[in-house]
Amino acid sequence: MSGHHHDHDHDNHFTSIEARVKALESLMVEKGYVDPAALDAIVETYETRVGPRNGARVVARAWTDPDYAQRLKADGTAAVAELGYGGRGGEHIVACFNTPDEHNLIVCTLCSCYPWPVLGLPPVWYKSPPYRAKTVIDPRGTLADFGVTLPEGQRVRVWDSTAETRFIVIPMRPAGTEGWSEDKLAAIVNRDSMIGTGLPRPEDAP
Amino acid sequence: MSRPETDLAAALATDTPIPRDAEGPVFAEPWQAQAFALTVALLNKGVFSADEWAQALGAEIREAVANGGCRDGSDYYERWCEALEHLLIAKGLTSHDGIDALAASWARAAEATPHGKPILLANDPQQG
Repeated sequence: MSGHHHDHDHDNHFTSIEARVKALESLMVEKGYVDPAALDAIVETYETRVGPRNGARVVARAWTDPDYAQRLKADGTAAVAELGYGGRGGEHIVACFNTPDEHNLIVCTLCSCYPWPVLGLPPVWYKSPPYRAKTVIDPRGTLADFGVTLPEGQRVRVWDSTAETRFIVIPMRPAGTEGWSEDKLAAIVNRDSMIGTGLPRPEDAP
Repeated sequence: MSRPETDLAAALATDTPIPRDAEGPVFAEPWQAQAFALTVALLNKGVFSADEWAQALGAEIREAVANGGCRDGSDYYERWCEALEHLLIAKGLTSHDGIDALAASWARAAEATPHGKPILLANDPQQG
């Protein structure tokens, strides 16, 4: 599937079990036995419990190993593969490093391109068109909605994944975590901090 | 945050190895959470009872174990989906052919959906 450029036919794909689950779901919705909002609410309860969230390992390694961080900057796909993780297709992974001058924010797409094996499942609200529209126009406003206030001088850069490229935000390592093990650091890298809608939380350390 | 469905899942799956950690169920892939949510929603609606569900799932898992599968829990949600299909068919709500046709339609819809757009059944080019 490499180098397919691109009349859109292969951007999205369901495995056979994914298609069967969608079939059962749409059938029950159509017959009025379930309300899609009720389904979303149940999934939302578990959204942080889906997928391996391997991205946290990538971030923790980048924080503790400057050579790895350099490789991650230069070639995200190869550096992520070094840890044994990869996407489903042949897509590229680009690591966006937060700096004191710049905060990165990924806008999710509505299709199946979101890299959940690395980041975990996106929040339900994050896939909604209004969120997407607002984020593109007013990223600081979106961040404020979710309780993230950035320093005055820090720019916000918004990234939109394409069919070929997925992004992961590498947050800045919080102060006060010097000498922490990679495992302990990985535990404070939550999903939102790798999307850019949150920051790592040292208080979550085990 | 309370997770009422966690208790429900525990009650439903007493004899079955639902993949979980100390805080409740975990899902290897998004579709597993969708299948789980659909079952919980149908239970809440009374489409089938917890007892009926436990029997349907138990039967699938026993059959899989007898055939050498489902020992490490890796195919647990495949069995879950089969149990759900069989139960809905037994209830007269759908048929095997009906599910096959609809699943094929979803698969075509996904292939036909461009990047960045929601995958909708209406995107299936063969939908009339």
